[in-house]
Amino acid sequence: MTDLNTTGAAPGPRKKTSLMVQDARTKKRNAAEKRFRLYGVLAIGIAVLALVTLLASVLINGSSAFRQTFITMDIYLDPAKLDKKGTGAIEDIAKVSTFGYAPLIQQAFETVFEKDNIGVEGMTPKTAAELISPEGSAQLRRYVLANPEEIGDTVSFDFLAGGRIDGYFKGRVTMASAELDSNVTPEQLQLADQLKDAGVLRTKFNWDFLTNADASENRPEAAGLGVAIIGSLYMMMVVLVLALPIGVAASIYLEEFAPKNRWTDIIEVNIANLAAVPSIVFGILGLAIFINFAGLPKSAPIVGGLVLTLMTLPTIIIATRASLKSVPPSIRSAALGIGASKMQTVFHHVLPLALPGILTGTILGLAQALGETAPLLLIGMVAFVRDFPGAPPEGLFDPAAALPVQVYNWTQRADPAFVERAQGAIITLLVFLLIMNTVAIILRRRFERRW
Amino acid sequence: MSAGLVFLIVVLIAFAGFVVGRRRALATAGGDPRKLHSLPGYYGQTVFIFAAAPALLLLVVWMLAQPFYVENRTSGLIDTADIAAGSSRDLVMADVRRISGGIDTLVAIGGQSEADIATMDAQEVDVRKLLAGVGVALGSDVNRSVFEAAKSYRGTTDTMNLIRTVLVIIASLAGAAYAYTRINPEYRARNVSEYAIKLLLIACSSIAILTTVGIVLSLVFETYHFFQLYPAKDFFFSMTWNPQFRGGSDLGILPLLWGTLYVSFIALLFAVPIGLMAAIYTAEYASPLVRSFVKPAIEVLAGIPTIVYGLFALVTVGPLLRDYFAQPLGLGNSSSSVMTAGVVMGIMLIPFVSSLSDDVINAVPQAMRDGSSGLGATHSETVRKVILPAALPGIVGAILLAASRAIGETMIVVLGAGAAAKISANPFEAMTTITVKIVSQLTGDTEFASPETLVAFALGLSLFVVTLGLNIIALVIVRKYREQYE
Amino acid sequence: MEDMYHMDRAMTGTQDIKISARDVNVYYGEKHAIKNVSVEIADKTVTAFIGPSGCGKSTFLRCINRMNDTIDIARVTGNILIDGEDITDPRVDPVQLRAKVGMVFQKPNPFPKSIYDNVAYGPKIHGMSRNKTDLDEIVERALRRGAIWEEVKDRLHEPGTGLSGGQQQRLCIARAVATEPEVLLMDEPCSALDPIATAQVEELIDELRQNYSVVIVTHSMQQAARVSQKTAFFHLGDMVEYGETDKIFTNPEDPRTESYISGRIG
Repeated sequence: MTDLNTTGAAPGPRKKTSLMVQDARTKKRNAAEKRFRLYGVLAIGIAVLALVTLLASVLINGSSAFRQTFITMDIYLDPAKLDKKGTGAIEDIAKVSTFGYAPLIQQAFETVFEKDNIGVEGMTPKTAAELISPEGSAQLRRYVLANPEEIGDTVSFDFLAGGRIDGYFKGRVTMASAELDSNVTPEQLQLADQLKDAGVLRTKFNWDFLTNADASENRPEAAGLGVAIIGSLYMMMVVLVLALPIGVAASIYLEEFAPKNRWTDIIEVNIANLAAVPSIVFGILGLAIFINFAGLPKSAPIVGGLVLTLMTLPTIIIATRASLKSVPPSIRSAALGIGASKMQTVFHHVLPLALPGILTGTILGLAQALGETAPLLLIGMVAFVRDFPGAPPEGLFDPAAALPVQVYNWTQRADPAFVERAQGAIITLLVFLLIMNTVAIILRRRFERRW
Repeated sequence: MSAGLVFLIVVLIAFAGFVVGRRRALATAGGDPRKLHSLPGYYGQTVFIFAAAPALLLLVVWMLAQPFYVENRTSGLIDTADIAAGSSRDLVMADVRRISGGIDTLVAIGGQSEADIATMDAQEVDVRKLLAGVGVALGSDVNRSVFEAAKSYRGTTDTMNLIRTVLVIIASLAGAAYAYTRINPEYRARNVSEYAIKLLLIACSSIAILTTVGIVLSLVFETYHFFQLYPAKDFFFSMTWNPQFRGGSDLGILPLLWGTLYVSFIALLFAVPIGLMAAIYTAEYASPLVRSFVKPAIEVLAGIPTIVYGLFALVTVGPLLRDYFAQPLGLGNSSSSVMTAGVVMGIMLIPFVSSLSDDVINAVPQAMRDGSSGLGATHSETVRKVILPAALPGIVGAILLAASRAIGETMIVVLGAGAAAKISANPFEAMTTITVKIVSQLTGDTEFASPETLVAFALGLSLFVVTLGLNIIALVIVRKYREQYE
Repeated sequence: MEDMYHMDRAMTGTQDIKISARDVNVYYGEKHAIKNVSVEIADKTVTAFIGPSGCGKSTFLRCINRMNDTIDIARVTGNILIDGEDITDPRVDPVQLRAKVGMVFQKPNPFPKSIYDNVAYGPKIHGMSRNKTDLDEIVERALRRGAIWEEVKDRLHEPGTGLSGGQQQRLCIARAVATEPEVLLMDEPCSALDPIATAQVEELIDELRQNYSVVIVTHSMQQAARVSQKTAFFHLGDMVEYGETDKIFTNPEDPRTESYISGRIG
C-alpha cells in the first residue's frame, strides 16, 4: 500500500461520535428524507385532488341536466282549430302544423292568468307563450295525433319550459343577463316566478333526458340521450359479438398452439403496438376501409362497432392470454395424460378455468370502447340524428349517435344550456362505466382462483 | 338474392350436413360408437366444415371482387364528353352507383316497372327529378350515357348476384356431399375437424396483422394521393397552415407539430414528476392501508374517458387558468390554450406514468434496497441513488409510452387547445395539434379528391409513424430492462 | 503507515467488548423468532453464528444494525449495546448506526453502477470526502481491503454487475468497509459462491479481523471452524451455546449443539 503514502494526508476513520446525538450531516439527511416523503404525499395529493375536482365539476355542472322545468296547464283541444272539417279523420288532423297549436297554448295562458290572477304588465298571452319551449307545440301535436278522440276535451299537459326559463331556475340566467338577451325578457322571468308561486311551473326529474332524441340548436330543453344510448348499445353489441370470439380464438392460438417462430413474433409485436396506436388512427382506418372501400353507410353503429372492435381486440387478447397463462400446466398434463387431444384439453379444461379472467378483461375492454370518442368523429357519428335507429340487425346500418360523441356534439353548440346537457351526458356515461367496472371487479373477486 | 340470405342458406345446409353426417357415422359403425375412430359428433363437424367453409370463402371473395368487375365493364359506357370539367371518371362512377340504387328504389316504391326503366331515356325524362321523388338526391342532371351506364351497372350487378348465389350454394352442397361420402369408421374425423378449428384460430390471430396492414395501406394510399396534389416539400417545411375551400391552401405540418409537441411537453412536465413521485410513494413508503385507497383512486383516473377530460378542460380548467393566470399576467384571454390542454392531459397521464413506474420500481430486487440501507443510506437516498438509476430504463420507457399517448390524444386537445394553427412560445395562447386538424378536416361532408381533405391522411401517417417509433423504442427498452432482472 | 496504525489498534484492544446484547426478543407478526438472546461480542474477533435454517441467526444479525426496521411486521425488544450505547434507543438514528455497523449480504448485490461508484456510494452519502482525490483514495483503500484492487484497478468504471460471483462479493465487502465501519456483519457471505471464491472470501475475513469486529452467519460448520474465534449456536430462536470456537466444535456442553455438530440435526 505504499502508493497511498504519496497522496498526502490520508482521510482517517470518522471521528468517534455518540450514536445518541445526531450529527449535523445526519440531521440534514433526515430533513431531506422528510422532504422527499412530503413530495410523495404532495404528488398523491395532487392526483387525488385532480380526481375529486374532475368528478365534482362533472357532478355539480351536470346533475341539473336531470331536472327540468315544466309548465303544467289545462289545454282545451279546440275542435275548431284542430279538426276544422269536423271529420275526426286522422289525415285532416295531421294537416294542422305545429303553428296551429300555438293559439291553444296562448289560450291556456289566458285561462291561467284569469284563474290565478297573475300577470305582468305589458305581457300578452303571446309573449307569455314564449315561456314554453318551441318543442311545446310539437309535443302537443304529437299527443293529439296519438289521441285524436280527445279533441274537444280539456287535458292537463306538462309543457317543457323554454331553455332560458329553465336556466333561470338553475341559476344560469339572471334578470341582468335577460336584459341583454334577445331570447328572453326580465318580464318573462317575473312571470315565471309568479307561475312558480302559483304552482303552475315546477322543476322535476327529467326522464326525457335519457329517452328523448337530440334536439336542434334553439331548443336545448328538449335534447336527450335516447338515440345516443341506443347507438352506444348497438356498438357494444357489435364489439361483444365480434371481439370476444375473435380475441379468445387469437389468444388460444398464440398461447396454446403457436410455435415460437418469426410469424408469431410478428403477431405479438403487432398486438402490443396496436394497443398503443392513437385511437384517431383507427378512425382513419374505419373511414378509409369500412366507409370508402367497403361502402358501409356513415354514422352507422355497425361501422363504429367494427372500428371499436379492432381497438378493443388487443385489450381482450392481452387479458385472455394472461388468464390462460394462469391456468397451471398440471391441468393440461392431466387432460393430455388421459388421452385428450390438445384441442379437447384447451376447450374442455383450460378455457372454462380461464373464463372469469376472460370475461373481466372483456368487460374492461368494452368499458374502454364505450368511452372512445375520436375515431367515431371521423366515421360520421357526429351527425345530427333525430330518428331512432331500427331494431337490429337492420338497425345497425341506420344512422345513430353515441354517448361520448353526443357530449362532444353538445359542446359545439352555442347555447350554454347544451354544456349542462353535455355534463349530464357524461354523468350517464360514467354511471355506465361504473356499472361495468363494478361487474368486472365482482367477477374477479368471486371467481378468482389462486393456484 | 341478398348476401345475407345466401349466408343463411349455407349455414342451414351446413347444419343439415352435421345432422346427416353424424347419423351416417353411427350407421356405418352399426350403431356402435366404439367402433368409430372419433366421436360421432366429429363426423358431423367435418361435414359442417366442408359445407360451410369453402362456400363462405367463395362468397366473401366474390363480394370483394364483384364491384371491380362490374365497374370495369360499365365505366367504359360513359361518354368522355359527359365527364364535367374538374370531375373524373371515378366521381361519375359514384353517381352511376347512386342512380343504380335509385332505380332499385323507383321499382320498389316509385311505381315504375322494370319495362318502364328499360325503355326510359334520360334525354326525354328528367331522371334527377324522378329520383328526387323517391328520396335519392343527385348533384347534377343525368346525362344519357351516364344513365345507360347506370342501367347496365344495375343489370350486370343483378346477373352477377344471381351467378354468385348459384355458385355458392353449389359449392356448399358439393362440400357437404364430399365430406359425407368420406365418412367411414376409420376416417380420422377428429383430426380433420381439429385441423380446421386450428386454421380458424390462426385466421383470428392474423386479424391483428390485417388491422396493421389496413392502417398502413389506407394511410399510405391516400397520402400518396395527397402528395400528387400538394408538394411534399411544402407539407413538411411550410410554416403556415391555412386551408381554403377554393384551393390555394397552405398545408404545412410545422405549426401543428409545434402545437402537438408543446402540449405534450407541458403534459409530461406535469405528469412525469407527479406520476413518478406517486409511484415511489405507494411502492416504497405507503402503508398497505394507504396503498389500498390511493392505488384504486389513481386507477379511476385511468378509467375516465378522454371526452370527460376534454369537457373538464373546456368548462373548468380553461376558464380557471384564464381568469387566475393568463389575464392577470397579461398573457392572453383565451380559455383554450396550450396550458389548458397540457395540464388536463397531464392529469390524464398521471395514472399511466405511475402504474408503469410502479411496475418497474417493484421489479428492482429487494437486495438492492437492503444493500443500500445496509450501508447507512436513508430511504430516500436509496430511492434516488440506487432504485431510480436501476429502474431508469424502465422509467424512460414509461415516459416514452406516455409521450406517444400525449401526441396521439385527440379529445382533450380538440376541446382544450383551440383551433388556431400558429407557432408561439406563450403557453396561454390557443394553438392546435395534428389530431385536432385530422378531426376538423375529416368531419362533416368530405370530398375525397381535394388536398384539404387528403391532408388528414398525411397528418395521420405522420402521427402513426411518430407514435409507432416511440412505442417500439419504449417496448424494446422495457423488455431489455425486464430481462436484466429476470 | 496505515497498517501500522491498524496493527496498533489491533494489539491494544483485542479483547474489548464491542457489542453486548441483553434479552433480545424478535417477533415477526405472531412468530417469536428470537427468544431472550444475550451475548457479548468482542472487538477485533470473528464471531460465527451457526445453526439450522430458520433458527433465527440471520434475524439476530439484522438486529445489530437495525435492518429489521425495514420490515414492517418485525418487532424487537431488549437492548443491544455497541460501545456502551444502546442502539435500540429511539434517539439512535439507524442511518448513523449503519454507517458504523456495515453489512454484507448472502447474495452478492452490487448496484447496477460502475465498480468505482459502488464503492464510492457509502462515502458519498456519509460525506466522508472533501474532494475527488479524497474519494479516489477511499475507494482504492477499500478495494485493497476487499482484496480485489489488483483485479479491478484497470476497469473501475465498468459495471460491478459484470464481475464474477466471488469478485462481486468481495466488491460488496469493499463497499461495506469503505464507510469505515467498526463492526462488519456478514450474512452467509459465501453461500452463493463456488469453493475457490469461498476460499478467497474466507481469507479476506481473516484479514478484516485486524480492524473490525466481524460477525458472520454461516451454514457451514467447517467455515465457522476455519474463520471464527468465537461461535454461537442458535436453535429454534434460542441461543443454545456460545464460546470459543475450538471448544464448541470439540467439546460442546449442550446435547443439541453436539447433535448439530455431529450432523444429527440441521
